[in-house]
Amino acid sequence: MTPADTLRFATRAATGYPLRTALMVLAMSIGVAAVVVLTALGDGARRYVVNEFSALGSNLIIVLPGRSETGGVGLGSLFTSTPRDLTVRDAAALLRAPDVQRITPLTLGNSEIAYGGRLREVLVLGTSADYLGIRGYRMALGRFLPREDLERASSVAVLGATLRDELFGIEPAVGRMIRIGDRRLRVIGVLEKSGQGLGMNTDELVVVPVATAQAMFNTNTLFRVMVEARSRDALASAQRQVEDIMRTRRDGELDITVITQDAVLGTFDRILGALTFAVAGIAAISLAVAGILVMNVMLVAVTQRTAEIGLLKALGATGRNIRLAFLAEAALLSLAGALAGLALGHLGAWGLRLAFPVLPAWPPDWAVYAGLGTAIVTGVLFGVMPARRAARLDPVQALAKR
Amino acid sequence: MAQIELSDIERVFKLGDSEVHALHAVTVAIEAGEYVAVMGPSGSGKSTLLNLLGLLDRPNGGTYRLEGRDVTTLTADEQAEVRRNRIGFVFQSFHLVPRLTAAENIALPLMLAGVPLAERAPRVAEALKNFGLDTRADHRPDELSGGQRQRVAIARATIMRPAMILADEPTGNLDRATGQDVTALLESLNASGVTLIVVTHDPVMGGRARRRLMMEDGALVADLRADAASTP
Ligand SMILES: Nc1ncnc2c1ncn2[C@@H]1O[C@H](COP(=O)(O)OP(=O)(O)OP(=O)(O)O)[C@@H](O)[C@H]1O
Ligand SMILES: [Mg+2]
Repeated sequence: MTPADTLRFATRAATGYPLRTALMVLAMSIGVAAVVVLTALGDGARRYVVNEFSALGSNLIIVLPGRSETGGVGLGSLFTSTPRDLTVRDAAALLRAPDVQRITPLTLGNSEIAYGGRLREVLVLGTSADYLGIRGYRMALGRFLPREDLERASSVAVLGATLRDELFGIEPAVGRMIRIGDRRLRVIGVLEKSGQGLGMNTDELVVVPVATAQAMFNTNTLFRVMVEARSRDALASAQRQVEDIMRTRRDGELDITVITQDAVLGTFDRILGALTFAVAGIAAISLAVAGILVMNVMLVAVTQRTAEIGLLKALGATGRNIRLAFLAEAALLSLAGALAGLALGHLGAWGLRLAFPVLPAWPPDWAVYAGLGTAIVTGVLFGVMPARRAARLDPVQALAKR
Repeated sequence: MAQIELSDIERVFKLGDSEVHALHAVTVAIEAGEYVAVMGPSGSGKSTLLNLLGLLDRPNGGTYRLEGRDVTTLTADEQAEVRRNRIGFVFQSFHLVPRLTAAENIALPLMLAGVPLAERAPRVAEALKNFGLDTRADHRPDELSGGQRQRVAIARATIMRPAMILADEPTGNLDRATGQDVTALLESLNASGVTLIVVTHDPVMGGRARRRLMMEDGALVADLRADAASTP
């Protein structure tokens, strides 16, 4: 029997029992589709987070007060008491590092903003002129914060786009006086709408000079300092210089944490990658179940076709001929199921992308190949037992079966 | 040297503690081209004998020489090869593959023998024509009459040009007229030189054979030649 004949014979056998074949293809396809859709979801989430972080700019270093939130317990932390403030002076000192391009300090607080009769809660961000460039935001109207001494508390404010709409409606905002807490500030600009973003939404924000915000909230410490290195390659050396400067400013003790974009990204990448993998593993269990179904269906097929197997033996088929024919049938059914599942899964992923446009829900290549591979391998593996049983049938008894 | 030589064949079935001697001390020789009817009461071992002759079953004792070669000691694959090339089977219940067309059923032995597709088509077409089935080539078994089904089965049994045809009650499921057609067909094949061994309950069909082997309780009790049988 030539391989082509074996395949043709198996195909005829598969199509000869349409209901059985359809059920098996369905079971297999659901398993594969589950792998494809779930990994698309997991990998989509991973890519979404990675993209959002990349949008922050890739040569960014973030300095936060306190020792190592992420790095676990270091020896130093055993001797440290409460961390010292991270001040505006600290931030300004970082500009001395040769590989640092620009810096911007960040202070955050909640307050009330009022214009005319309108009053609402607002998140106040205290920062400096370079914030705009470092984050890559653009102005819709007016100008951003003036370039001035970091310790000067000018009474100016820049509004987020949504905030402007809510406070001013169709009135022009630039040049008007608003009140935040008990301070009166002049609106000098409006940020362009940025849409959603990871962390804070600038559309709802009011931006003021860092010293203004610190006075408003009566604090000395900064929430964060964003440091931009001269280039991506200078990132590591810039990080070292930042740490050195901070250490000398704090009598040799480093009670701040310096993280880079890459480290954060890497962590998220790993966590979400592992999640995707786990989800794929769970989906693969449904494939194993489908494999067992393949085995049962093929065993039933062997019983149903016992007389046929006896006949083939009488006509001179060897055990090998019969084994291969049944194996080929199991493989074909699995393959058909896998392909149908692939189509179904891509359809599902497409549906996900329609429903959640921000989520790049594309199944990763490895998941597609792994899903297809597992389907075919389980199909064939679970097809071996029924095929062997068929090949071992006694021809006389098989022929006697009706 | 006869085509088929059986000597002291024993076939014992074990059913729990009891043993059934389906064949006992069967010794017989059949020449190429003979027309033999195997007859006897139900349970006398006719089918068991035919299965042994067709290498579907192995004896518990004795030897079977086919065309001078001891075939009882062959491996399963070697026996399959002998079946493929030398033996054609015809069954009472036709044994056609229900999902395959008449032409595809007839082509099965060629497919198992690895004959290329291009070579198969003309041989199957010729067989269909010879057996009066040209217009039924693409019909499935359930679209054929009993007589047509048995003709498909006979066409399948002869497509490899075997040395012998083994038929176990080939007319058992057919009405009288169709049964006679099928008998005539088998006899015409025998006339062209193929050894024909038929198991039958039908005394008419048995009477047409030139040689009759009478069985009883697993033993060969009479070996009647046509010339002897026709003289009262
Ligand atoms: N697989 C088997 N297991 C046990 N006993 C068997 C088996 N096959 C046949 N026999 C027994 O062997 C004996 C001969 O059976 P066989 O089928 O050869 O009879 P037969 O002459 O063909 O009968 P019939 O005319 O009814 O077809 C019977 O007693 C039967 O019960
Ligand atoms: Mg019988």
